Amino acid sequence: MTEVLNVLLLSFLIVCAVGVAYIRDLLSAVILFSSFGLIMAIIWQQLSAPDVAMVEAALGTGVVALLLIAAISKTKRAE
Amino acid sequence: MPLSDLTRSRGGKIPIDDQIVRITSRLVVPFIQVYGIYVILNGHLSPGGSFSGGAIFGASLVLLALSFNLEAGARQIPHHAASLLESGGALGYALTGLVGVFVGSSYLANRIAGFPMGQPGELFSAGAILVITVFVGIKVASTIVTLFYYIIEGEK
Repeated sequence: MTEVLNVLLLSFLIVCAVGVAYIRDLLSAVILFSSFGLIMAIIWQQLSAPDVAMVEAALGTGVVALLLIAAISKTKRAE
Repeated sequence: MPLSDLTRSRGGKIPIDDQIVRITSRLVVPFIQVYGIYVILNGHLSPGGSFSGGAIFGASLVLLALSFNLEAGARQIPHHAASLLESGGALGYALTGLVGVFVGSSYLANRIAGFPMGQPGELFSAGAILVITVFVGIKVASTIVTLFYYIIEGEK
């Protein structure tokens, strides 16, 4: 059961990573990147590293997305 | 481009100062802040610690600034207070370490410097580690807020 969940999470991770590289809209790329961070946090938890998972959930999902949104609002949204 | 025009640039008229976003963040922010303080204070007992707790707390303040407006966020924590807390956290860390030197032991000495150890597993245990964790948490939270405002407002 855990293997199924892990494979599912890893495939979501790959989809998110490829999507971030290919998408043209920068705001959508930021949102995809933050969902990448959320899935990565769950994977860290599955790898029994809850400390890293907490940092990833706080930074990779929240703060990095906020800073990138701030950067987009200073420049332009389309690539 | 100001922040409110960000979601409007695709033709759809969706201002970011949406009522649902505002009410939801107003409901959620106190819980995020309590959780951040919990993670900071339990850093020596459970997963998490000063860095992740400070990041959670700082992200809650940035969320307020994003969902309302920048002035409302700046009213919660003014810029000079943020930079003062940022320097004060690092100073508190250094002074807590220096207590060990003044007592006659090494830098960052814990039990030998006379910090009360308490019962293992309780909240007020491990002596200086809790003090240092609180200082680092304050520094990380104010650093995140300062970083966000520097990017969004530019250098002045």
